[in-house]
Amino acid sequence: MNSRKKSMTGADIFFECLRREGVEYIFGYPGGAVLKIYEKLYDIDFLKHILVRHEQGATHMAEGYAKATGKVGVVLVTSGPGATNTVTGIADAYMDSVPIVVFTGQVPTHLIGNDAFQEADICGITRPITKHNFLVRDVSELATTIKQAFYIASTGRPGPVVVDLPKNVINSITEFDYPDKIELRGYKPRVHGNQNQIKKAAMMIQKSKRPLLYVGGGVIMSGGHRELYLLAKENNLPVTMTLQGLGAFPGSDPQSLGMLGMHGTYWANQAVNNCDLLISLGARFDDRVTGKIETFATKAYKIHVDIDPTCIDKNVIVDLPIVGDVKHVMAELAAEISEKPDVTEWWEQIHAWKEECPLEYDMSDGRLRAQYIIEKLSDLTKGDAIVVTDVGQHQMWVAQYYKFNYPRTHITSGGLGTMGFALPASIGVAFAVKDKPILCITGDGGFQMNMQELATAAYHKLPIKIFIINNSFLGMVRQWQELFHAEKYSFTDLSDSNPDFVKLAEAFDIKAYSVSNISDVEPVLKEALSYNEGPILVDFRVVKEDMVFPIVPAGASISDMIIRRLDPKEMM
Amino acid sequence: MLHVISALVENKFGAFNRVVTMFSAKGYNIHSISIGETEDPTISRMTIVTEGEDKVIEQIVKQLNRLIDTIKIVDLTYQPKVQRELLLISVGYQKGTRSEIIDICEIFRGNVVDINNKTLMLEITGPPEKIDAAINVLEPYGIKEIARSGLVALRRGEQIRKNKGETETNKPGELK
Ligand SMILES: Cc1ncc(C[n+]2csc(CCOP(=O)(O)OP(=O)(O)O)c2C)c(N)n1
Ligand SMILES: [Mg+2]
Repeated sequence: MNSRKKSMTGADIFFECLRREGVEYIFGYPGGAVLKIYEKLYDIDFLKHILVRHEQGATHMAEGYAKATGKVGVVLVTSGPGATNTVTGIADAYMDSVPIVVFTGQVPTHLIGNDAFQEADICGITRPITKHNFLVRDVSELATTIKQAFYIASTGRPGPVVVDLPKNVINSITEFDYPDKIELRGYKPRVHGNQNQIKKAAMMIQKSKRPLLYVGGGVIMSGGHRELYLLAKENNLPVTMTLQGLGAFPGSDPQSLGMLGMHGTYWANQAVNNCDLLISLGARFDDRVTGKIETFATKAYKIHVDIDPTCIDKNVIVDLPIVGDVKHVMAELAAEISEKPDVTEWWEQIHAWKEECPLEYDMSDGRLRAQYIIEKLSDLTKGDAIVVTDVGQHQMWVAQYYKFNYPRTHITSGGLGTMGFALPASIGVAFAVKDKPILCITGDGGFQMNMQELATAAYHKLPIKIFIINNSFLGMVRQWQELFHAEKYSFTDLSDSNPDFVKLAEAFDIKAYSVSNISDVEPVLKEALSYNEGPILVDFRVVKEDMVFPIVPAGASISDMIIRRLDPKEMM
Repeated sequence: MLHVISALVENKFGAFNRVVTMFSAKGYNIHSISIGETEDPTISRMTIVTEGEDKVIEQIVKQLNRLIDTIKIVDLTYQPKVQRELLLISVGYQKGTRSEIIDICEIFRGNVVDINNKTLMLEITGPPEKIDAAINVLEPYGIKEIARSGLVALRRGEQIRKNKGETETNKPGELK
């Protein structure tokens, strides 16, 4: 160890800390308050700075990188507008528990509060949407603060951390001292589940006739997919997953019931409604999952495993809470079960539901449909691509029709539902993942919210496959307008205003196609999947009026699920 | 129902704000809040009086615990505790009522801390019920201004009585 401490500038300390944290990429955008950092960056080669085209893009890239790898995504932006442009991405990371650290420039400490040029109180603004944030007021605190930021972002229930760096702090000099360990007396993230509770849970599983595993993103974050697999397989337990949980258990395994909730499968939702034991693993009983709380899984004894105690009893009151790292709890739980539950009848019932109302769509009119494209993609990639989706109908169709077989392969904005997420997030993924195809499946609406990042993708020749499911509509909103708002298609029709996406891509020197015929789908997808010299974009012209079914209307009981569009003939 | 929550938090920039932001972000209401340094200068104690059903209070305690800057959270509501509030109250007087007001102040074991030719200012401390009572009694004289400090509270220490060589731990009494 180096006993003599070195005097360094704040900017040098900044990079030395990032080096020690093993940071490979920074997604950033320069400006006045961070010029000193960019001056140093010019000569740094142990990490790569990715110049984005909008700071929101940087935050989603960091999220994509973090979700695909489990490592911390890093963002660097200037003060004022640079900082405020990151707010949506920070809120998104907060809702989906994504570990990112956002470094924002700030005006010099003596000007803070003066309405100085490009001053924004980013710590104040982001307080409710960060796991924690710091304003570094003195260069002597810089190294410890950065260490704490990475530690807080990546441990326990992960989340975004903002570190605000005033210009004079970056410019000042101090002795560098990087702590080996972090002790925060108010933060003890490592939690082991209570042994008695785990024993009790194991007993409940043994006794139950109709058990159901309800799996959320926490299982993926904790790295517990193997533990889940063993627990489910050894006891023949049905598994349903939330949007963020997809991939935690193989989608093509017969024990997978697919997604539950608002656009979940009929059989998964029926299973929730009729199970006698619901075991929630790293999920949070979100309103998109439960529908009307009073009617959610009323017949079930409920076990809830989560690392974050605030998730427990927040929406649904449970019978047996277990606070702890879900990976370890699942392993201990599996070890405690000595007698397998008898679930033969339960499986028969589930299969009957599956036959009663399978996921289906009708291609008989010969028009191109999103579901078809997604199913083809699922087959062609064997459920082993990284699929990044935006927000809307296409997102739900991917969740329904793409069979995710591996953790960290489904990347989407769930909690906040941020349109514009997919393109930048898939760019972040592309820096991290080199051995799998990266599919960016986006809507014609959402794509336009961050399409400036085409420049970033093109410049770095990232082999992302951008598939625009172009229904010329803000489709999901259109669907709600049709179902619940008297068919008033108020400001959702984009057909007269959408750009020519092919020409747009070509302006960035990106290869692009437009596809309207079913017969062209497979050859174009194959070409896109084998093209790795850079991004490729396909504009799929799909039917405008398709809807995502089944749907549980917001706030309704799961049993009020609408299965399909009523045929006018049926209505008579 | 009102709950008294005692929170030990890092005595540093932004910690107080984080607690208050959590209350407003989650839509919990704050009845009163007070903060001050403790025996350890790096730690402050916040005493928060808030309202809600037990389920809500449970969430509040968990949410407070989740903040990085909070060190220890205790719901003191059902615990034996000493609780005090400070009242400064300015009351108008006329010929003849001045001594009455001073009498009342004495009954409440308060002090007269300021006087001019129209008003008296009194300082009264006590549990919130006592403060409410004092305000109530002084009402008819014409209250000009009121400042209440908000509640501070500490859990009572355990009463240890030595009895024929053996130690017996009693439940702490509700001494005032
Ligand atoms: C930033 C943002 N603004 C508005 C919304 C509301 N919203 C949810 S889905 C949707 C429509 C998305 O349209 P498109 O991207 O074309 O996808 P589609 O539903 O047609 O597949 C809208 C406007 C949102 N989720 N995010
Ligand atoms: Mg659309």
